Amino acid sequence: MKILVCISNVPDTTTKITFTNDNTQFNTSGVQFIVNPYDEIALSRAIELCEGGKGTVTVINVGDSSTDPTIRKALAIGADDAVRINALPRDAYFTAYQIAEYAKTADFDLILCGRESIDYNGAQVAAMIGEFLDIPSVSIIKKLDYDGATATLEREIEGGKEVVSIHGKFIASCAEGVAEAKIPNMRGIMSARTKPLQVVEAADIPEVAKVVKFETPAPRSAVKLVPAEEAAKLIDLLHQEAKVI
Amino acid sequence: MSVLVYIEQAEGKFKKSGFEAVSYAKAIADAQATNLTAISIGNVGEAELKELGKYGASKVLNVSSDQLKSFVNQAYASVITEAAQKENADIIVLSNSFSGKGLSPRIAVKLKAGLVDGAVELPQTEGGKFLVKKNAFSGKAFAVTELTSANKIIALNPNAFGLKENPVEATIENFSPEIKSTDLAAIVKEIVRATDKVSLPDAELVVSGGRGLKGPENWGMIEELASLLGAATACSKPVSDADWRPHSEHVGQTGIAISPNLYIAIGISGAIQHLAGVSSSKVIVVINKDPEAPFFKVADYGIVGDAFEVVPKLIEALKAHKG
Ligand SMILES: Cc1cc2nc3c(=O)[nH]c(=O)nc-3n(C[C@H](O)[C@H](O)[C@H](O)COP(=O)(O)OP(=O)(O)OC[C@H]3O[C@@H](n4cnc5c(N)ncnc54)[C@H](O)[C@@H]3O)c2cc1C
Ligand SMILES: Nc1ncnc2c1ncn2[C@@H]1O[C@H](COP(=O)(O)O)[C@@H](O)[C@H]1O
Repeated sequence: MKILVCISNVPDTTTKITFTNDNTQFNTSGVQFIVNPYDEIALSRAIELCEGGKGTVTVINVGDSSTDPTIRKALAIGADDAVRINALPRDAYFTAYQIAEYAKTADFDLILCGRESIDYNGAQVAAMIGEFLDIPSVSIIKKLDYDGATATLEREIEGGKEVVSIHGKFIASCAEGVAEAKIPNMRGIMSARTKPLQVVEAADIPEVAKVVKFETPAPRSAVKLVPAEEAAKLIDLLHQEAKVI
Repeated sequence: MSVLVYIEQAEGKFKKSGFEAVSYAKAIADAQATNLTAISIGNVGEAELKELGKYGASKVLNVSSDQLKSFVNQAYASVITEAAQKENADIIVLSNSFSGKGLSPRIAVKLKAGLVDGAVELPQTEGGKFLVKKNAFSGKAFAVTELTSANKIIALNPNAFGLKENPVEATIENFSPEIKSTDLAAIVKEIVRATDKVSLPDAELVVSGGRGLKGPENWGMIEELASLLGAATACSKPVSDADWRPHSEHVGQTGIAISPNLYIAIGISGAIQHLAGVSSSKVIVVINKDPEAPFFKVADYGIVGDAFEVVPKLIEALKAHKG
């Protein structure tokens, strides 16, 4: 089986988020970039499914050459080869279009994404690729069993889960539970340097959405402390002052 | 030009987040001086459909079909797209729920529309631009996004806009679009729902516990506090990793992001990845025995003390408060 995993390049989860140029740009100075944590989960599951020569895993990223270290990290974790669509990912529509166009040129059985990228939190790309390719998409899955033809997935829903079965090609976006994220070992890191990374030029399509400005949440006023012995007072404050209960 | 809003249902009942979407869509339709149409898919009774009028939907398209009894995003996206075309709608509103996240992107592609996922405010339309504010960087920032396409889709975050009543008489029209078999390729085998509990993403009040609670056997008081408040329960990541609580309760950067009216964090330190999922809560209460716990920096109310002493006192006070 052939699996394609979409990986995005995002700021490390401990990054303090600041902006430059009049709050129009994310300040990347001093920021460590990583493989989006959910994409690591998707990649790890793809590698498990292909273990023992059952298939190959290709990773794909839409980005400029600055994302190459992140792609190499994915190869070190265990992907067989990589593709980079050479363009800055403008919006989810653009990104999904590029990935779908590439997917049409190669015969993938399964495409996996992360549930969302932790920077823009769109959770859009996976289902958009599904629509561009006219194949089923299942968003935010917690479990994936797949034998190369038929899959059983568990999808998260409010207050529960849904079990979905699909025969044939599909795309899914993965959340925690699908797999334990694999950590690259020394052999992986060495071999990643020589694994193929193909660079493909992007297709030009009209823009549908763009971020014009970032804002940071208003700082909260100082905490009002209630002494532990008078804990009951908190209930009054929540009722009378905050008016939330 | 008009606005179309899709309302999610479960077992024939609309969700609160769906009524919020109608309230929000009505405000957009008013600002644009245009009509609002609501669409419901699945088997929903007339009385429930009429409820949509309360929030300003004067016209309701009712798609009732056994094939569409359970949610299949491909088919639902086709139906909503067809409805948008029939109603000449250029703005589509839906909930940014688990199902909404699988649905809105497919409609966006069908209509070549820009999509804002996780909107937190009404659109701003000064200067001929269409700007929508949304959560970004896991709650650490907002991104004001301009939709430059002719058709526009907005997925509203639960509990971001609230319910706004705007009573009108809803006219119900049955709508039966053709459904392609290829749109039904994903088959829902089973739905498991814990119906006795408040669902976390929709909850207005949330009581959450962390590693400071020491073990799963100590969650009784958390459950009791939550049930007295009518709140949902949540937890930090290490708690669900250790299987003290189910993964569906894990909030934060790698769990779910919530924005309830009240978030009570008990025995949680307030790591940046945890705050990412809860910092847009309207009121935050922190109970922690360590006065230096970072969570106090973002809290509105706090108690420095041992959870095992404080929580029983809160339970008592709440019982007294409720009479
Ligand atoms: C990539 C990445 C992603 C992550 N994603 C998430 C995420 O989504 N969500 C998340 O929660 N974490 C996440 N984490 C983990 C996060 O960094 C913290 O480790 C975690 O949030 C800590 O959980 P905690 O506060 O329950 O435990 P601890 O940090 O151990 O804190 C326990 C707290 O309880 C207090 N305490 C102890 N005993 C008592 C008592 N008797 N009464 C009152 N208070 C008491 C202590 O003072 C302490 O502040 C992530 C980490 C990484 C690296
Ligand atoms: N630039 C990108 N290149 C490749 N895959 C991406 C890119 N952006 C997003 N994705 C994939 O789409 C998922 C959802 O991203 P998003 O819709 O941006 O939240 C991510 O977890 C990735 O799997």
